[in-house]
Parts: sequence; C-alpha cells; structure tokens
Amino acid sequence: MSAGAGGHRLRAAGVDRPVTVIGWALAGACGLAGVGVLAAVASPARVRPGLVGAATVGIGMAGMVAGLAALGGQSWQARLPGLLPLAGVQVAVDPLGGWFVTVTGGVLAVAALYGVGYAGRGHGPGGRGVLAALPVFAAALLLVPAAGSVSTLLVLWELMAVASLVLVLAEHRARPAVAEAGWWYAALTQVGFVAILLGLVLYAAHAGGDSFAELRAADLPAWVGGVVFVLVFVGFGSKAGLVPLHVWLPRAHAEAPSPVSAMLSAAMVNLGAYGVIRVGFDLLGGGARWWWLLVLAVGAVSALYGILQAAVAADLKRLLAYSTVENMGLVFLGLGAAGIFHASGAPAVAALALAAALLHVLNHAGFKALLFTAAGSVLHATGSRDLDALGGLRARMPVTTALFAVGALGAAALPLGNGFVSEWLLLQSLVQALPAGGVVIAVAMPLAVAVVALTAGLAVATFVKALGVGFFARPRSDAAAAATESPPVMLAAMGILAAACAGLAVAPAALAPVLSRAVSTATDSPTDPVRGGVTLHLAGVASTMSPLLTAVAVAAAVAATIAAVGLVARRVARRRAVALWDCGAGPPTPRMQYTATSFAEPLQRVFDDVLAPQIDVDVTPHAESTYLVAKVAYHARVPDRVEHALYTPVIDVVRRLGRLGPVLANGSVHRYLAYGFFGVTGLLLILAVTR
Amino acid sequence: MTGSTLTATAAQVVVVAAGGPLLLGGMRQVRARLEGRAGAGVTQPWRDLRKLLRRQPATPAGAGWAFRMAPLLLMATSLVVAAAVPLLTTASALDPAADLFAVVGLLALGTVTLALAALDTGTAFGGMGASREITILALVEPTILVAVFALSARVGSTNLAAIVTATLRDPLRVASPASLLAAAALAVVVVAETGRLPVDNPATHLELTMIHEAMVLEYAGTDLALVEWAASMRLTVLLGLLASLFVPWGIAGTGLAALPLALLAFVVKVTTLGMALGAAEVFLAKLRLFRVPELLAGSLVLALLAVASSFFLA
Repeated sequence: MSAGAGGHRLRAAGVDRPVTVIGWALAGACGLAGVGVLAAVASPARVRPGLVGAATVGIGMAGMVAGLAALGGQSWQARLPGLLPLAGVQVAVDPLGGWFVTVTGGVLAVAALYGVGYAGRGHGPGGRGVLAALPVFAAALLLVPAAGSVSTLLVLWELMAVASLVLVLAEHRARPAVAEAGWWYAALTQVGFVAILLGLVLYAAHAGGDSFAELRAADLPAWVGGVVFVLVFVGFGSKAGLVPLHVWLPRAHAEAPSPVSAMLSAAMVNLGAYGVIRVGFDLLGGGARWWWLLVLAVGAVSALYGILQAAVAADLKRLLAYSTVENMGLVFLGLGAAGIFHASGAPAVAALALAAALLHVLNHAGFKALLFTAAGSVLHATGSRDLDALGGLRARMPVTTALFAVGALGAAALPLGNGFVSEWLLLQSLVQALPAGGVVIAVAMPLAVAVVALTAGLAVATFVKALGVGFFARPRSDAAAAATESPPVMLAAMGILAAACAGLAVAPAALAPVLSRAVSTATDSPTDPVRGGVTLHLAGVASTMSPLLTAVAVAAAVAATIAAVGLVARRVARRRAVALWDCGAGPPTPRMQYTATSFAEPLQRVFDDVLAPQIDVDVTPHAESTYLVAKVAYHARVPDRVEHALYTPVIDVVRRLGRLGPVLANGSVHRYLAYGFFGVTGLLLILAVTR
Repeated sequence: MTGSTLTATAAQVVVVAAGGPLLLGGMRQVRARLEGRAGAGVTQPWRDLRKLLRRQPATPAGAGWAFRMAPLLLMATSLVVAAAVPLLTTASALDPAADLFAVVGLLALGTVTLALAALDTGTAFGGMGASREITILALVEPTILVAVFALSARVGSTNLAAIVTATLRDPLRVASPASLLAAAALAVVVVAETGRLPVDNPATHLELTMIHEAMVLEYAGTDLALVEWAASMRLTVLLGLLASLFVPWGIAGTGLAALPLALLAFVVKVTTLGMALGAAEVFLAKLRLFRVPELLAGSLVLALLAVASSFFLA
C-alpha cells in the first residue's frame, strides 16, 4: 500500500470539519511519503538516499507541525470511509496523540537528516525496496497516534511493523546476524499484533462500534475490561520491549542501520506506551488497580533487567538497545504508578506520575536518538561497535565524543542531563504517594523507588563505561586509531539533538502547559501537575527543583574554581607533560587498559545470580607433559537469560512439530487420499452423533 | 533571595571549604593517637594542600579533556552541594533549586567525572578504580533514595530545608523508628560514598587495594590539590548532612543573628561525627570488595524497614 495515494485522497474526501493545520500537515506527510516512495523507486542510486531522506525529513517536520498544533489546543477529526474497505479510516488528533506525534516527528526529521550523511560506503539503506520502505514507515509511525478507530490503528500498526521489518533487514547481506534479528522481530511483532487485535476486537464487539468515541462511551463488564487490558498490554508491551517480550529489541535495534535504530529506539517503542495510555486511561477510563500493579511490576522488572544487561554489554548498539528496554520499563513503571493512584482516588499524584512518564518518553527520545546516531558515527568511522576494540576516539572524533557525552549525561539520569528531570518527577510521584493510603501503595512504592534508584545507579555505570571505555582512553584497535570525524550533515543532525537535550535539561518548565494538556486528555480531568518557570513546582507536592539554577550554580562554581586556582597558583599555570605511572615496569600498552568487559566485571559478579554469565576456561596442556600449559582460552559471555529460559523451549517444541511435517506429508498420493477419506468420514460421524 | 540568605549560603561554602581539610586532619590525628603514633597534627592536610597548590599540574601522555576537567567539576559540584545543603541555615539560596535527590545526583556527578578522568588516562589502575567506584556508587543509590523516601514521606517534600524544619518543629520525630533506621542506613552510605573503612582504605599504599586513590593516581600539583580538597569537602558535607537530618538543633533560620551559634553547633556536630568515624576505623578492617555489596544490601534493608515503619507505625 502506498501511503502517498492516501494523502491525495485524504484531501479529496469529505471530512467532518474544515481541515485545520493538523489535517493539512498530516495530509502533507502522506503526500511526502508518496513522493519519497516514487523517489526511491525512480531515482538513480547516487541521489536516492538524499531524495528519500529529504522526503522523510519533510514527513517528520510535518508531523511536528501537526503535533504542536494539537498540543496547542487544536483538535481534528476526520472520517474517510472510502479509503479502507468495510471499516473506513478515522483520524482523530488530540493533545495526548499530539504529544506522541510531536516526539515521533522530531525524531524522524533529525534521524532522516542524519541518514542522508550516513548512507554510502556500505552503510545505511541504499537499495530501492529498503529506501521505499523508509517514508512509508515514517508516515505510518506518525499516523499511529492519530488513529481514531480500532481498524485504522490496526492497519497503521501493521504497516509500521512491516515497513520497519524491511528497514531492519537492510544490511542482511553484510551480516548473518541481521537475518536472525529479522526473524525474532517478525515473530514477536506479530505475536504483539495478534494480542492487540484480539483485545481491541473483543472491546469493539462489546462496545458495538469501532471508533474510539464509541469505545470510550461503552460500559464493559469488569472481566471483559480486564481481558481487553491484559491483551492490549501484552501487545503494546511487546512493541515497547518489556521483559519478557523484549528479546527482539536488542537484536533488531542493534542490527538495523543506525538512523533506523534511532527511529526504532527513540520513536517506535514510544507507541507501546501510547497504546497503553490510550486504551488504559482514555478508553477504559482507568480500570482496576490490579491492571496497573501488573504494569508497574512488569515495568520495574524491565527497567532492572534491561539496565543490568546494558551494564554488562560490550557491544555499543546492543548496550543502547538494552538501555531502551530500561527506559521503557521506567515509563511503564510511571504509568503503572499513575494507574494505581488513579484507581486509589489520588488524581493529583496520578497526574504527576503520568506527566513523569510522558516527559520521560520525550527525554528518552532525545538522548537515545542522539546516542544511537553517535554510535552510528562510530560504526561509520571505525566499522566496529565492540567497545572492547574502541577507545581514543576523543582525539580523532572530538565533536562526536562531546555529543555522545551530552546524550550519556541524559541517559545516566544525572543532574544537568535531561533524563534527570523526568526521573525526578517520577520519584516525586512515588515518594509523595504514601498519604494516598492503602497497604498496596505502602508496599509497592518503596520497592518501586528502590528499583528506580538501582536502575539510575546502574545507568550511571553503563554510560560511564560507554563513554569512558568507548571514547576516552587510548585506541584498542587500529580501526579506532584511524577513525575520522563524521561529515557535517551527521554532525549537524546530532547537534540538533544535543541542543534539544540541553534545552530539555535546563528548561523543562517550558513544556508544563502542553504536558498538562496531554495529561488532562488522558485522565479526562483538567490537571496541572507541573508548574513554574525557573524552578519546577508540582501540584500537591511541596518539593521544588531548578535544573537551570543548578546548571548556573555549577558553571559559576567552575568559573570560581578556575579563577581561584589561577590566583593562588599563578606561577604554575603551565601544565607539564609526563609519562603514565607504570610502577617502573615500562610504558603501559593500550592492551593493559581496562576494557568494557573488565569494567563491568564487578557488577557482573555482584548480579551473578540474575545474569547467569557463561564462563569457559579451556586449559590446553603441552604435548609432552600435562603439567606444562601450552594455551589457556577464556570465553565469557552474558546471554539473555530470559531468551534462554523462555524462548528456547518454545522454539524447540515448534521445531519438533515442524519436523512432523515431512513425515505427515511425504509425497505419497495414497496417503493424502487416505487423509481426505478419514477426514470426511470423521466429520460425518461427528455430525451424525451430535445432531 | 535577600542579602542575608546569600551571606548565609556563602558562609556555609566558606566553612565547608576551610573546615574540610581540618576535619580530615582531625580524623587522622585521632586515628594516629589511638594507634599509638604521634600524628602529624590537625593542620597537616592544609599544609599538604598549600604545597600541592604551588606545584605544576601534570598531564600524562594520552590523557584528554576529561582528565583536565574532572578536578574542576568535582570541586564545583562539591561547592554547589555545600551551598545547597542546610548546614548552617535552612534558608540557603540554592535550597529551592536542589532538593535531596538533586544533591545526591550532584555528588554522583562529581564521582562520575572523576571516574571518567580515570578511564581517560588509559591505565590499568585508572580503569580499576573507576570500575570499583562506579560499582559501589550504583549499589549505594537505592539505599539513599529509599532513605530519602522514609524521611520525606511524612513531610510532603524532599527539599532539605523542609525536612530539617519539620524535625525542628517536632523533635520527637527523630526518635521514631523510621528516623533511626534511616539514620543507620544513611550512615553506611556516607561511609561508602566517602571511601572510608570498611569500604575503602584512604591510607592504603597498595594500588591493587585502592578504589578512590587508584582513580587519582595520575594527578599532580594543583589538580591533585583540588581533588583532595573536594574529597575532604564532600566528607564534611555528608557528615554535616547526616547531622542536619537527624540532629538538626542549632541550625539558623532566615536571620543572620543565629549564624554564629549555628556555626558552633555545626562544628561540634561534625567534629563529633568525624572523630567517632576516625575512632571506629581503628577497629575495622577493610572488607573484600565483593563483600561490600552485602553491607550495602544490609543498609538497603534498613532503609526499606524505615519506610515500612514510617507507614505502619505512624
């Protein structure tokens, strides 16, 4: 299906209301998607990535326009009955959808810009089919939060999944791991789709209609609501990479071309959170407390498991992908907390937790897009994602290193970074919930705080490792030593993301009005959870924090320290170059440095029981004597334990069933005739007995 | 923000900056006396700093901007924390800007810059120190934040001034099980964060057993002076924070008149805590690195119990 054709018909079709900015922007995005597909198919290979990239940048910017208009208070609905047989297409953009459309659009625009510079020299998507999938994916991604009915959502969701699968497989000729990642992704995304399909179809059947307005008005029996929510949570959770459905994510996000990784990790996973907010809060109206306890628990487990795997990962993109699992876990932890408070009659804290989750979606999109693009630049320059083989990049790629540092600061949730603000909001909502009452809250919230804190601590370790081992120190391989700085287009794209991260870090209060509007849409009651200018104030909580003042204070303290040192130690201003401390044993070689694996070794040992690392030591004795060691080989890897314990048995069973196929269908016509005969006879017998 | 707030905030910074090395000297002196040595005197750290500040800083071959920036950032975060925490006054200019979460985050930021600098040198010792320090930092975090939860849940705010003021208004709060358990948990955290025994041995001379010292091996001259000075300030601030949270009496409010008394109370409290820590270190051996998580897990349990008791026993 070409989304471009949709764009033209959208304008021609009769709509309920006059087409607003949102309508024009979304129509423009669809039109640009059509142009992008045409460009991908028709243009010569030399200009193809540039043209398609430009179209995708346009789609992203159109999405931002539409999203910002929706956040500004406009809403837009349209019915396009002719576009989709039987059900028709319904589009509805409200501030909640607008929040996600804006985030998606921003990520798409910048990642596509980056992709223009990234393509070529064996990197990035280049083929016709793959590049044609890019604008389709972008448009579908943008339109999912704008869907206004179950059928529209499902069609767009599947379009997004299929297009993204094509993009993930872009480099399948280069590495066999890509195909494996594609299998995992295809299987789990379809499992998720089936769960969403079943849940929403059950919902629509009980509601007697398939538009969101009809679903919202429906009065479901409690058990139906519960079943719908669990099914939908499984489906959307698989897209967000929640444990145990996360196994596709570290493979697909690591193996996809880096601009696509950024789009997947910073934009697509968010839609999992969107789906749960839309169905759980907006359509089902909050629901029972156990739903959200489930969400909280799954979110907490995902956050911890994701960051633990990230902390011991040595592959840079895999590390970032696991960090996505962690951050989505935190978002769902926030959603779960919001739902619990909502069901416990504490709307103010619920709004705060929901605001924290939404803000974290935005912050995560900012720093994760930046980190993935910077990792892409490293891959582009060195051909390696293995942290154990990198190092010393700050001398060869100074700008990329600085930009990665900005992203890492955000991802580590330290003050002066953007991740800190949303985690602070999340912690505030958890900490101040105790008076909301109930033993459940009193038990769940301290544990949630402990999880968030441990996650934050491990995130610090993860990103100190990624930055310190990958970019600082001395090069551990020739490829890292010969790296060159990325082209200006890529640096510009990363620079935009870094500026956005810095802006979010110091002036989050600027977002307060739109955040309030998005939260109010979700909870269907006007709330104002976050206020303030320079200092952040919260509704119902007395805590305050000012990221801007903190940043200014740190900057002033640095300046004062420099001035004071200059004053006291004027005579010694010049630095002396010296050799490294070597204990008198000669200059240390780069191989003596700590690597990513050795850096994470203490953590791996501490969390031995959770991670279950596999360590093999093979000692080969000398041929003459068993007492003389000729060679010692040490292999250590940390496999994904969930995958091992949960999926391997299932895959084995399926494979065994598959082997039955050749036995049952061995090519003998007699056998097939016998199947037919016994099948029909059996059916007739059953009918004869039962009727 | 008035003149008196700014004066009080500045006073806090000056007191911490001047008193940090003295506290360190005092702790070393107590330890020396208890071990039967004469000791170098309370002012020895200041003499060391004076000497170091006159020496040239050194840049080892291959180190980059992370190595150069770390002492400045470590010092800067220590100064900001010293200004934000209610040590002498509850009316610090930075109190609304940095609540307890932000203070914890700023301290962690200082540690992180130092760990990055250690990795930047590209030596085995640097990496080893960074790896160990960050591991401990990651494991300490849950205890701190859950203890913060216990302290702030009944106050309705995580701002330090609000917590301290609430305790001043209701002194019996200090004797509650929640408060006592949180105090025990935070005491363990302070020991771990400042690299004291039994988590790290600040006086070690063997690189393989080092944590903090391994990270700063390559520093010299003014750089080393800044790192050492900032470390002593962090120790002072954390001990002062512990005192302010659990024995807040004497802390001045908005006025300047109570400041001298607050200063006296602060000196007494922090000196007592420091001397107690110094004396306790004489009787403790350093834990194996992989036994430290057990200690920290114990402190997390204490913190969780503190939250539980603040809910169930309140």
